[in-house]
Amino acid sequence: MAEALLAIDDLRVQFDRGEDEVFAVNGVSFSIAEGEALGIVGESGSGKSVTLMSALGLIRENGKIKSGTAKFQGHDLLKMRPRQLEDIRGRDIGVVFQDPMTSLNPVMRIGDQIMESMLTHQYAGRREAFERTLQLLHEMGIPEPKARFRNYPHEFSGGMRQRIMIAIALACEPQLLIADEPTTALDVTVQMQILALLQEQRQKKRMSIAIITHDFGVATNFCDRIIVLYAGQIMEMADTRQFLRQPAHPYTVGLKNSIIEIGQRDRQLSPIPGMAPTLTEPPKSCSFASRCPFATERCRSELPALREISPNHHVACHRAEEVLAHAI
Amino acid sequence: MAIAVSQAGPVAAPKRHSQFYLGWKRFSKNYFAVAGLVWVAIFFIVGIIGPWIAPYSYKDADFLAMHTGPSWKHLFGTDTVGYDVFSQILFSIRYALEIALGATCVSFVIGVILGLWAGLAGGIADVIIMRGVDFMFALPSFFFALILVVLLGKGLGPMMLAIGVPGWAGYARLIRSLVLSMRNGEMVEAARALGASQSHIAFKYMFPNVVGSMVVSLAFGIPYDLTAQAGLSIVGMGLNPPMPSFGNMLAAAGENILGFPWLLYFPAGIFAITLLSFLFVADGLQEAFSPKGGM
Repeated sequence: MAEALLAIDDLRVQFDRGEDEVFAVNGVSFSIAEGEALGIVGESGSGKSVTLMSALGLIRENGKIKSGTAKFQGHDLLKMRPRQLEDIRGRDIGVVFQDPMTSLNPVMRIGDQIMESMLTHQYAGRREAFERTLQLLHEMGIPEPKARFRNYPHEFSGGMRQRIMIAIALACEPQLLIADEPTTALDVTVQMQILALLQEQRQKKRMSIAIITHDFGVATNFCDRIIVLYAGQIMEMADTRQFLRQPAHPYTVGLKNSIIEIGQRDRQLSPIPGMAPTLTEPPKSCSFASRCPFATERCRSELPALREISPNHHVACHRAEEVLAHAI
Repeated sequence: MAIAVSQAGPVAAPKRHSQFYLGWKRFSKNYFAVAGLVWVAIFFIVGIIGPWIAPYSYKDADFLAMHTGPSWKHLFGTDTVGYDVFSQILFSIRYALEIALGATCVSFVIGVILGLWAGLAGGIADVIIMRGVDFMFALPSFFFALILVVLLGKGLGPMMLAIGVPGWAGYARLIRSLVLSMRNGEMVEAARALGASQSHIAFKYMFPNVVGSMVVSLAFGIPYDLTAQAGLSIVGMGLNPPMPSFGNMLAAAGENILGFPWLLYFPAGIFAITLLSFLFVADGLQEAFSPKGGM
């Protein structure tokens, strides 16, 4: 495996809600290798965005990072001063957000918005930045870059706006691109185009992509490796192939069974009962136990550690082997 | 069968329309607003060139022609001292505009700075500024202006300050609420993810996005300041005679309303139409820039 570009270790994040505290991220450790596409999958509220955004210092005011390190190229992002982080954000790490309708500045021409990050980071001079913007628009598949340069965001469709967001994120040729639900707000046909575009850019620029999604299908299509988050903890982490062949965590199995596929009218969908919890105290037992069909007494009293059950396949479940062996 | 789906289908570039153009299109459909705009434009032009087109100086009283009715020599007649009412009105427009615009600028600048500060900094600064806003709203601002006139004097500059300073609270409250609604929004988060600094976000992202609302509230602020200024004159705390002002004219005309009603008709009529026009324009702007205006 190539050298780790971003290594997050034992990250813990809490939010202060006034009357109580929410434990959003509870000791998450993982790394992203150079050139790798990592998928972070989880339901809403599972802490998937918070994990990466807090590493970038983009955490809401009531959020606090309690412990952990996030080493980007060997430097701990969590210990950096805001100024240093500003330098890294947008230059070394690009971010694409979920909703291109609300993330772009409605009163700024899109060309200026793309140029802006290059100018802010002194990546290029005005002339150069302009040329590069035209080229980026072209690469993103936006026709007539010269004419479109001077358009405002409201003159574009959702898919086109997401392409512009990606152009902004890629403007300074970052080593890491964080895509936070990049396709969730888009039509399915456009979703695939955007994913294909990201994939193409990744291969061309040899950058790493961390894609945050609740869509298991998107993750398995796009990523080399997948992490499943639940209640701010890693439930399972393995190669995509392993996930497709044989997931070992009951939660992952449940996620897989909840996917609706076209033309499978007769297949019984088996949704996971209940709702994802919001932890108001640190987990002491398996957080999934209350929804797990295989839960035992041990699951309700003892916190399962993330362990490697086969090479590069990590699971946090007491009964992972049994799940794998279809014994239960 | 294979269906070719092009990666990026040829999308015809729509005709380019700036925000301003779209706003104008909506504005121009409101006939009252357009009529108001025409009158306001005339008002402004007269305010600029008034002193040159006035047939008489505002200081020259024709003692031989007091209380004459409208005639070709004195278009709107003459008043109790023999001043030409038409010329008086032209000069009044000049001073009224100067004071109203100056006062609005004063309130706006103070309001924007404090509002941005409260909204962006939060915490103790926010608390202090917002209690200041509460205080200003609790106190009648006209009363505050009176006190300031007493303290500062009656010139043009002091009048701007006296009317402008008490008016900051409304702007501050408006801009603070706009900033708060944006601060945790996705656009600002995206900007921060780009590595934009705090001041860059404030001036490149937040300010341009609140300008529309600010223009509307400015348009409502100007007629308010015009009225405040006239009110000060009526109670004798406005510009000193012989400097003409609508308030002075109205106060004097009111005393002679039975004998010489034209002294009231012309200034009051023009003043009322002007205020109404400003309000129509402001209303039109609000509609044009409202996010609910649709397209």
